[in-house]
Amino acid sequence: MITQAKTSRRNFIKGVIASGAAASSSAYMFGVSGCSNQQVSTGGVERLISLNVNGMTRNVDVLPNETLAMTLRYKLGLTGTKLGCDRGECGACTVLVDGVNLYACSLLTHTARNKQITTIEGLESSDGILHPVQQAMIDELGPQCGFCTPGQIMSAVALLSNNPNPTRDEVRRALSGNLCRCGAYDHYINAVMLAAERGI
Amino acid sequence: MAKDMMPAFELYQPDSLDNALELLSRFGDRSWIVAGGHDSFDWFKDRTKYAQYVIDLNNVNELKGINETSEGIEIGAMTSLTEIELNDVIRQRYSLLSDAVSRVASPQIRHIGTIGGNLNQDARCWYYRYGVDCYRAGGNSCYADTPEGQNREHCLWGASRCVAVSPSDVAPAMVVLEATMVIASANGLREVPAEDYFIGPNIDIERMTVIEPGEVLVSIKIPNTWANAMFYFEKVADRNTWDFPLVNISRAMFIENGVVSRIRMAAGAVECIPRRLSVVEQVVAGSELNEETAELASQAAIRGATPLNFNHFKIPLLQNLVKRALRA
Repeated sequence: MITQAKTSRRNFIKGVIASGAAASSSAYMFGVSGCSNQQVSTGGVERLISLNVNGMTRNVDVLPNETLAMTLRYKLGLTGTKLGCDRGECGACTVLVDGVNLYACSLLTHTARNKQITTIEGLESSDGILHPVQQAMIDELGPQCGFCTPGQIMSAVALLSNNPNPTRDEVRRALSGNLCRCGAYDHYINAVMLAAERGI
Repeated sequence: MAKDMMPAFELYQPDSLDNALELLSRFGDRSWIVAGGHDSFDWFKDRTKYAQYVIDLNNVNELKGINETSEGIEIGAMTSLTEIELNDVIRQRYSLLSDAVSRVASPQIRHIGTIGGNLNQDARCWYYRYGVDCYRAGGNSCYADTPEGQNREHCLWGASRCVAVSPSDVAPAMVVLEATMVIASANGLREVPAEDYFIGPNIDIERMTVIEPGEVLVSIKIPNTWANAMFYFEKVADRNTWDFPLVNISRAMFIENGVVSRIRMAAGAVECIPRRLSVVEQVVAGSELNEETAELASQAAIRGATPLNFNHFKIPLLQNLVKRALRA
């Protein structure tokens, strides 16, 4: 059923692209302002989409100009993903998309369609056991204030899935896209080294 | 810095280059092409630039990937910087390029940031990015080149009303490798050498490359010319991650019988385009690499440099980078 719906949506979008002129002129007909967030999409992507978040399919109404961080936090209630700078300069919004750590504030939700999105909420197992990186963060007292921690953990998880036995320098480099204003960097690195030692 | 939504736009996600070009010609100057999106969304979020129709190239798979050809390699413009950094052929034969991309921005940005986006990124100037009506934004003044203007990141050469620099770490490496840019439009393909691809404010102050409206950079061809050369890349920035270069240097070189037989060097962040250090190449070619050659080359490198109020430090910085590149 879901597969069928996806196929027809894809065909619909292809149809829109192919039948261009009619689709774009309707914007003038309905007097849609380019600057309004109440905008009705008249061409391009369809707003009602399915996202795969933390292993579940979530149906959600996504604006064309909506970033993944906005969708996760304000449409799906997954507020573990933090918004720090909203400019790809702090790393607090780091999530995994197909296992790769990215800034959710600088990715359009529509670009993440048909991909596996993992947030901090999706790391613990269904029986409530924390991910080894999360447990190691607690055991090593990794975080100080904790605001950047979800992003740091997501970057560490991405690293350890590619490189289960990193050196301290490799960890440092892998976490270099995540700012910590408390300066708890060494504590975070200690925690990631401990998680690697224990094995994932 | 507002943490709200970007202004609304209509989003198109074509799945082929033909569809993308068709959309681009249909929407004209109301359209905006997005690759990785990091530069684009900053402009939109800051309300400095706006486009009604955004064309996202992330589904155009034909623009992704690295292929070996008989003449060298060809890199699709939508290939991520991480993929280039980790590619075995590039690491073995063109390590200059893997070194340069590995120093761009941060890991997360390299994972989605593309080579095409990096080479086409817009000027980095506090004032221009803030949205003032400077020359580059179509106005009639420069806010950086004033007695109190903050211009320590700005240029030493090529000032022409605008004093912003080329902020790319990869662009000088492309000039050194004698890469060719392949550009597509509704009229077909054209090829431009990397050295001519970037343009200064004296040619067109409102853009940084030869890309015309309706055109898209589709791939970059790197010839065998400098394959397996001795490479050197170094970037100096205020911070080790995220930051744009204060000065970077790229060098490719062959040594035969103890003397430099062929050399090509370029520096970034000292001019609006990657600066080819032709004078240095002339000084060094045919010489042995020693302290005397390095000293002569470093003096030659800064000929004609015209510093602004706060960027004098870039002169000794460039000199030292040239020396280091010739000692390595």
